[in-house]
Amino acid sequence: MGLLSDPNRRRALISLLTRLNAPICVVCYMAGVAWFMGLAFEPFTLRTYMSENAMGSTMVEERFPAGERALGTGREFSAHKKKAGGMPVDWLVKTMQSRGLEVFTQRFSRRLPFPDEDKERYMVKGTNVYGILRAPRAPRTEALVLSAPCSPGDDNNQAVGVLLGLAQYFRNQVFWAKDIIFLVNEHDLIGMQAWLEGYHHTNTTGMDWSPLQGRGGSIQAALSLELSSDVVTSLDLVLEGLNGQLPNLDLANLFYAFCQKIGVLCTTQGKLQRNDWDSVSGYSHAVQTMMLMVMKQASGRPWGDHGLFLRYHIEAATIKGINSFRQYKTDATTIGRLLEGMYRKLNNLLERLHQSYFFYLMPSLSHFVSIGYYMPAFGLLALILLLRALDLWIQLATPPPRTEDGVADAEQMSSPGVLSVLTPLVISHLTGVALYTLPIHFQEIAVEHFPVSETEAVVLTAIAVYTAGLALPHNTHRLLTGRGTENGWKVLKLVAVLYLAVLLGCTALINFSLGFILALTLVPVAAFVTPDVPKALSAFIMVILSPACTLLFSVFLFQELQEMPVSFLDGWMLYLSVISQGILDHALYGSLVYPLVALLVYPCWLLFWNILFWK
Amino acid sequence: SHAAIKIQPMRQFFSSGHTNNWAVLVCTSRFWFNYRHVANTLSVYRSVKRLGIPDSHIVLMLADDMACNHRNPKPATVFSHKNMELNVYGDDVEVDYRGYEVTVENFLRVLTGRLPPSTPRSKRLLSDDRSNILIYLTGHGGNGFLKFQDSEEISNVELADAFEQMWQKRRYNELLFIIDTCQGASMYERFYSPNLMALASSQVGEDSLSHQPDLAIGVHLMDRYTFYLLEFLEDIHPSSKANMNDLFKVCPKSQCVSTPGHRTDLFLRDPGSALITDFFGSVRKVEITMETINLTEPIHFVNEERQKETYSYVDQLPVSEIIHQKPKQKDWHPPDGFILGLWTLILLVFFKTYGMKHLKHIF
Repeated sequence: MGLLSDPNRRRALISLLTRLNAPICVVCYMAGVAWFMGLAFEPFTLRTYMSENAMGSTMVEERFPAGERALGTGREFSAHKKKAGGMPVDWLVKTMQSRGLEVFTQRFSRRLPFPDEDKERYMVKGTNVYGILRAPRAPRTEALVLSAPCSPGDDNNQAVGVLLGLAQYFRNQVFWAKDIIFLVNEHDLIGMQAWLEGYHHTNTTGMDWSPLQGRGGSIQAALSLELSSDVVTSLDLVLEGLNGQLPNLDLANLFYAFCQKIGVLCTTQGKLQRNDWDSVSGYSHAVQTMMLMVMKQASGRPWGDHGLFLRYHIEAATIKGINSFRQYKTDATTIGRLLEGMYRKLNNLLERLHQSYFFYLMPSLSHFVSIGYYMPAFGLLALILLLRALDLWIQLATPPPRTEDGVADAEQMSSPGVLSVLTPLVISHLTGVALYTLPIHFQEIAVEHFPVSETEAVVLTAIAVYTAGLALPHNTHRLLTGRGTENGWKVLKLVAVLYLAVLLGCTALINFSLGFILALTLVPVAAFVTPDVPKALSAFIMVILSPACTLLFSVFLFQELQEMPVSFLDGWMLYLSVISQGILDHALYGSLVYPLVALLVYPCWLLFWNILFWK
Repeated sequence: SHAAIKIQPMRQFFSSGHTNNWAVLVCTSRFWFNYRHVANTLSVYRSVKRLGIPDSHIVLMLADDMACNHRNPKPATVFSHKNMELNVYGDDVEVDYRGYEVTVENFLRVLTGRLPPSTPRSKRLLSDDRSNILIYLTGHGGNGFLKFQDSEEISNVELADAFEQMWQKRRYNELLFIIDTCQGASMYERFYSPNLMALASSQVGEDSLSHQPDLAIGVHLMDRYTFYLLEFLEDIHPSSKANMNDLFKVCPKSQCVSTPGHRTDLFLRDPGSALITDFFGSVRKVEITMETINLTEPIHFVNEERQKETYSYVDQLPVSEIIHQKPKQKDWHPPDGFILGLWTLILLVFFKTYGMKHLKHIF
């Protein structure tokens, strides 16, 4: 007979499963964490290489000569920006036209759901200016984008200067097969969102923008430039985009290949890569770089203006110029040459970048870990949930060995009551919906009654709703008609464990970092919570492992990894601003982290909280 | 006596046996990064035209247009040497099959002559039994195939059969086949028709490498074998006496990195007696003489090299001897998955019918 249909064998397997369940779960958890940490170990990673045949090697001759003139243009831009008190639209239009581009502008406006205290804006009105360099001999079917943000103050003037310098140089070349769009966007991400929505005729976030008068064909790739100093010591590549989406690895490979050819120092996550992978400090450096990428990806926010291109399947990255205290400086001409080389290679593309990986982690700019290598770490954590579900299923299916009162137990054996399972589910999800909608809707009432600003009102309401959910179990049980049967919590836990497994699995597929971090904290909770564990201690542990506290710890860890550790009070203020930014990202750009946590992850955690306090 | 003295130069006069020359030059790859294949073909075209074959006798097939590609920084040119020394596109190129017309079917139809009646003369290979044909192929290839345009392939068997069709229809006198691709030698392994000579840029298992990276244009301009072939051909002029043995020496391993190969066993003349201009040039043998030659007397040739027996139409050469010359060594391979699966199935059925208790004895 077969392995599973033979009753003897089945009983043996089942007893193995139930006996060894807890040890296997612990082993799986540690294996998952160890696998994840091992990803940064250099022998387990692969060197990056160009996969796209059309882009080939760095075989081009870069001849951009006008770095100093570009810096001069940047200074002019800065002066006009100060005079106009914002984006100097007329001067930009005139300058771009004098360089031979077809120039268009786009006006946009947006009222934020509540004021953004980090960037100090609430009613946002702005103008994007963009110039299109038409390919001399090609049909206008494809385009490349180079963008620089118009930032308030003294930031990114040199970026706009280099952009205009490159525009002038590119205009004199005959080998462009795609149109090149030079975009200067105001109010960084909001302006970029308006431009992209206008370009692709979509309106997903409820912004007001004027339609674009000029278009250039389907955009194949985009680069965003952030440069705030005349000379730089290194160039940093930012890849993480909205909802943790990453551009095709070939774009990073292209950047790295040109950095090596031209001899510019290149970094990712602001960390310079080291050669001593076999020493402890070298390995920990790689781990820090990878952890920074994981945390940035998990936050679901776009970390550069490029982040919004990715959802339109346009491969995009941001190049930031960093000026630190190193001896060897790179001037604007070299940066211009690097960009020229990259654009000449992107010009050779015949189809969208698709040959290399879309899902990867980078412990350094020259090494990467692809999805096939990092997914087992998450798989091991998800396995714990499945083992727990199997264990519960077996417990529910086998009748209890002895019964005291035959009749009453027979009643118990019949269905534990759909209501006893459905009620906590519905109430948890309603709490989730409350957490999602209440903070923004009731901010006016909160501001009336409490001496707080709107942003603080929103954040504190969110935290209040979250904490109020902790009091739920005492109330749900009053609603339950029958008494909580012995098997009732098992059915609820089975449902909750499977729900969490599916939820985390789907999240990890789209945004591995978010799924993994949530799994790290929620899987132990899901695996070991029962009504029988000591209540006070497990309640404390559950709160520590809840999504909100995970976020708090992540904020502190993130600051530590960036080598800017903060005190507790500063960290707390940062935490509040992170929550408000999360809510704003969702409202402005459609980031899914806040709805995911509020509507799905938090109710799931509340189910386990319910089980803990099951009577 | 008087006639006998005159016979000597006339024997030389008719020693090669061909009266006209044709060339079929094919580039099979498209896209900007395959610039070098178009440059290869155009270099051979240029040499062949310079040595005398007119455009009406050249069938030029180019799968893509590099000169007018949007990415070409020097529009209307195709360079074979970096620093723009040599523009092989020139201003009098006649491309007969262009772009998507370069397909395996069209190539085979050109060779065998099976073209629809509406095909213009410039697209036909109108050769006869006294034509020497040069066939040059370049592109991406592998062991036994050549890739056409990213979507189809021609195999060495198909090519050999096409040449056999040409032989049976008497469409060539002698044929020189040159191929510059990776593993090019595999393409001439299967030839079995007489009067074929073949050259390839690399052996089976080797890659043909590119040459001349040009940073200004951004692509490789030529492949190594054809680059050195072009260099060699630039020294040939219409009255040159260089023969095929010199051609075999072009691009040794030190320059080409791959090992060029050639095949002459099907060629009935000694390769040393075949001139380069027999295939690459269209040399009209004209000799001005002031004396009269009496042609009413039959000219008696002493034919050492030429076959005297009459063959039936099909049976010019014992084909079976050529095909089975080298019996292939069959290496022993372990049984593949099918046989293993079959045995597993048999074992499972055995244990199922006779009971699992036998299984316990084994495990």
